[in-house]
Amino acid sequence: MAAAKASAVKRTAPQGDGAAEDDVVVEATTARASSSSAQSPAPARIDVRKTYKLFIGGAFPRSESGRTYEVTTATGSFAANAAQGSRKDAREAVVAARAAQPGWAGATAYNRGQVLYRVAELLEGRREQFVAEVSAGEGLSTDAAHAVVSDAVDRWVWYAGWTDKVAQVAGSANPVAGPYFNISAPEPTGVVALLAPQQSSLLGLVSVLAPALVTGNAVVLVSSERRPLPAITLAEVLATSDVPKGVVNVLTGRTAEIAPHLAGHMDVNAIDLTGAVGADGVTWGELEAIAADNVKRVLRPELDEAEEDWTRSPGLRRVLAFTETKTVWHPKGV
Amino acid sequence: MTTTAPSHDADALVPAGRGSAQIADLARTVTGAATLDDASLRRYLHGLPGVDKVGADGRAAQLGTRSIKTTAKAWGLDLAIRMIDLTTLEGADTPGKVRALAAKARQPVPGDPTCPPVAAVCVYNDMVGVAKEAVAGTGIKVAAVSTAFPSGRASSAVRLLDTADAVAAGADEIDMVIDRGAFLSGRYAKVYEDIVATREACHAGGRDAHLKVILETGELVTYDNVRRASWLAMLAGADFIKTSTGKVAPAATLPVTVVMLEAVRDFRRDTGVQVGVKPAGGIKTAKDALKYLVAVNEVAGEDWLDPDWFRFGASSLLNDVLLQREKMRTGWYSGPDYVTVD
Amino acid sequence: MPSFEYAPAPESRAVVDIASSYGLFIDGEFTEPVDGSTFKTVNPATEEVLAEVSEAGQADIDRAVAAARRAHTEVWGPMPGRERAKYLFRIARLLAERSREFAVLETLDNGKPIRESRDVDVPTAAAHFFYYAGWADKLDHAGYGPNPRPHGVAAQVIPWNFPLLMLAWKIAPALAAGNTVVLKPAETTPLSALLFADLLLQADLPPGVVNIVTGARETGSMLVTHRGVDKIAFTGSTAVGKRIARELAGTRKHATLELGGKAANIVFDDAPVDQAIEGIVNGIYFNQGQVCCAGSRLLVQESVAEEVVERLKSRLGTLRLGDPMDKNTDVGAINSPQQLERITRLADAGTAEGATRWTAACEIPATGYWFAPTVFTDVSAAHQIAREEIFGPVLSVMTFRTPQEAVAKANNTPYGLSAGVWTEKGSRILWMADQLRAGVVWANTFNRFDPTSPFGGYKESGHGREGGRHGLAPYLIEGAH
Repeated sequence: MAAAKASAVKRTAPQGDGAAEDDVVVEATTARASSSSAQSPAPARIDVRKTYKLFIGGAFPRSESGRTYEVTTATGSFAANAAQGSRKDAREAVVAARAAQPGWAGATAYNRGQVLYRVAELLEGRREQFVAEVSAGEGLSTDAAHAVVSDAVDRWVWYAGWTDKVAQVAGSANPVAGPYFNISAPEPTGVVALLAPQQSSLLGLVSVLAPALVTGNAVVLVSSERRPLPAITLAEVLATSDVPKGVVNVLTGRTAEIAPHLAGHMDVNAIDLTGAVGADGVTWGELEAIAADNVKRVLRPELDEAEEDWTRSPGLRRVLAFTETKTVWHPKGV
Repeated sequence: MTTTAPSHDADALVPAGRGSAQIADLARTVTGAATLDDASLRRYLHGLPGVDKVGADGRAAQLGTRSIKTTAKAWGLDLAIRMIDLTTLEGADTPGKVRALAAKARQPVPGDPTCPPVAAVCVYNDMVGVAKEAVAGTGIKVAAVSTAFPSGRASSAVRLLDTADAVAAGADEIDMVIDRGAFLSGRYAKVYEDIVATREACHAGGRDAHLKVILETGELVTYDNVRRASWLAMLAGADFIKTSTGKVAPAATLPVTVVMLEAVRDFRRDTGVQVGVKPAGGIKTAKDALKYLVAVNEVAGEDWLDPDWFRFGASSLLNDVLLQREKMRTGWYSGPDYVTVD
Repeated sequence: MPSFEYAPAPESRAVVDIASSYGLFIDGEFTEPVDGSTFKTVNPATEEVLAEVSEAGQADIDRAVAAARRAHTEVWGPMPGRERAKYLFRIARLLAERSREFAVLETLDNGKPIRESRDVDVPTAAAHFFYYAGWADKLDHAGYGPNPRPHGVAAQVIPWNFPLLMLAWKIAPALAAGNTVVLKPAETTPLSALLFADLLLQADLPPGVVNIVTGARETGSMLVTHRGVDKIAFTGSTAVGKRIARELAGTRKHATLELGGKAANIVFDDAPVDQAIEGIVNGIYFNQGQVCCAGSRLLVQESVAEEVVERLKSRLGTLRLGDPMDKNTDVGAINSPQQLERITRLADAGTAEGATRWTAACEIPATGYWFAPTVFTDVSAAHQIAREEIFGPVLSVMTFRTPQEAVAKANNTPYGLSAGVWTEKGSRILWMADQLRAGVVWANTFNRFDPTSPFGGYKESGHGREGGRHGLAPYLIEGAH
């Protein structure tokens, strides 16, 4: 984590892309330095940079297309070369998600809750890296980035606690007019494609990802196109967590290129179109029309032009959007 | 389903005389057990398909919605009369009461020869002689309730004596009760042996009294028990299986009868042996009787639509059928003053 | 010994007056369509023309939507829930009072047996109104936030298989939630909806709260794509459902879709066999199999397959096909020549693909549209009759060996509306219920419906639920906390 942090500093400093960004980075460094006073301001060695890759089926492959694209900081300086995922990568991700979904859904709600809570613990442990990435990517001050990370961790914890409560809140015992036991409960929809928000690269990301996982869906997440780094770092967190491989798959790349293939994929049961807002070259309406081919459940973006306010306390909307209510009947008799 | 009798060559299983030996052979073949004891009978009976109560009730209710009108109703009402075991089973029964009943049995509507007689009169066994005399020459049978009816709570010896007494007095049919205590406590062999022994008593001295086995379904409570008791009775050689004594509530119900009709249907399918069914007690109206006939028709099939294979154990039912019969004849509703009080 | 021949027991047709022609019910009154188009509705059992019905065009839809909008803004929206509730209770009571009339009309127009319209369609429709009536003033407690709001004007398009019942499933929750409605009944079964309009007049429901526009597919398309509607609810084919979803893409309108199905009815070797047979019969021959949740695929454990099929055929021998108005009829007429053609074509495909066809022996009336109960054995998963929704009295029988195989076969379909499981083993039922990807799982029963019980599909069988607390959700916008 310290290495990643340092890399943000090193990467920008020699390039000197702009004063504003340098300020941010310096501020971030300072903030961190004050909390762990051993840091030297001068590089003692050349840091080892991270290669950002896709996350499919628990592995970190490059795009099968071999393509990458340059990710820059909020001020336009080079941040990383991210993998530019293709439709074939999306296809592989769907296969991985489908394979993983029954096991994840079949785990007890208590177990899913523990696994998800463990993710929050690991997120907290990676705080510095996320702060650096959010700060650089979204152009936030270190304090602001810390606040974002805190919100993201807290949100993850909030959703983790829902796993064993959703069915109680969203289900029902139905008093039918006859001698039948009758109960309705939400079940996961299956494989869900998520277009993560373009702007809010961590809090927004967590806010769309965590709710889809609560009930036992497996997801294929398309990260923010221009701010993909927190998504990959989150994938690294997930890879070291107890979330089974394939339950979360992360694609970076061009939203307009990947999203239609997920919207049209007949083995994807639902799609969250949040990230279509602000994506170049695609509208959520087009994707929704494609999604009709297999009657996908579609979660529309809340607003047409802007992202919703991710700091707002979420309701259960995003959890329930990716559930199916199943009703079971059985006679009662001796 | 898997444990019902393997599909046999049905014809080969029809025993010529249905003597005790053949019956035991058949029971062993059907159950696949060399020895008929509690354990082997339990294995067999508990391997029968279960009965879902709600589904069975629903099926019976649906059969009950059949609308039997005009010619079908007229035909059904006369058939119902011919199937009635006109019954009196009171502590206060007297020869006079039984003779009155027998008179009604012979000629339910005074002066109307188109009205058929009932199938039988059913009495306690000390009244068998009186009843026999009163129906002599009519073809109407005399059925005697036996084996320490209605509870059956007597030693096997006493139960058999009771039966022998009725048979000696000339009973054509013996309505025995099973030992529900034994059944409910899993002593299936005891129930089986009781029936076999009673059947032998029915046939003692060259007599051939038909054996109706009363399950007392109101005490068996569950339809699973009704199905198992039906099969146990049929394996032991019952000529008829009968729901109730009439002394325990609930007595006959349509769903219980449907379950028993399914049992006789399947028993014939598996063995080639046809067994009759007699719901008794609680069937009071012509409308009810028609529902039972619909059930017989659609569950067991029309082979059972005959007094030889289906009976109603009833007393007040006859008058209601007669009122309905009169309504069909005249087009006007009749009243209790126009049928006889026995 | 003669057999027990049930004499004809026809329900009296005299209880219902069918007008020779019907207008559109818009803004509280029957009006003529602007362009004067009409079509005929026939009794599918006799091919007799029952009435001439108006075909709503764009101008009529405009009027109906405008009336619904005005009613929503001025009357129904502002009205307190407790008052809306009383109207709905009234409707429930009126339906019960006039149940005979509705049952007869439904049977005449649809072809379904009077026993079913009398015992299922009409009482369940009345119960649906009664149930949702009670929700109208309790929406704060429904779990959709405090003070949830209605969408506004709901456009509702319903199918011909349960005309009145589907109307109730659509209108009752919409009105309880505070929406107003423009409803289009199916082209071949418009009459019970028009009689319902008459009932609304008796109920003094404010004009415009419910509008009934009759017509065919074009009318429906005009309605669901109308700019003035806020909410769409559709029950019908998956193909049309997909089209609607496409048409609404990119808008802010929400659709509830109740689409097709190809349900598996799974029978294990330890099933309560007599009830299972009834469940199979009820599953696929109820309403001539013209039921989206019909148990059209019988998956039976191989060890008992022969016995089950034999028992089933013997039971089918007691089904009575014929005059739907006869109270003893079990199998009525197919709703339309188009539907009959589809059933015939798919059944013929079953024969052509090598499945073994068995048809119940019954006399087919000379006039009308009929299809005798049919069972296909030796069906493989690749056969058309194992995959396509036939929507008719045609059962495809397949076998399985293990519970896992049963689940895999049951779920091997793009649909996911319903499923049946028959076994006496409780833990297996619960495991199966977990595994089956279907919105309704009937265990040891089939085709049960209740106003309190949510109904709706997984996958291509649609989304959204009808019935129960869940059935309110499609008609409410969640209140802010």
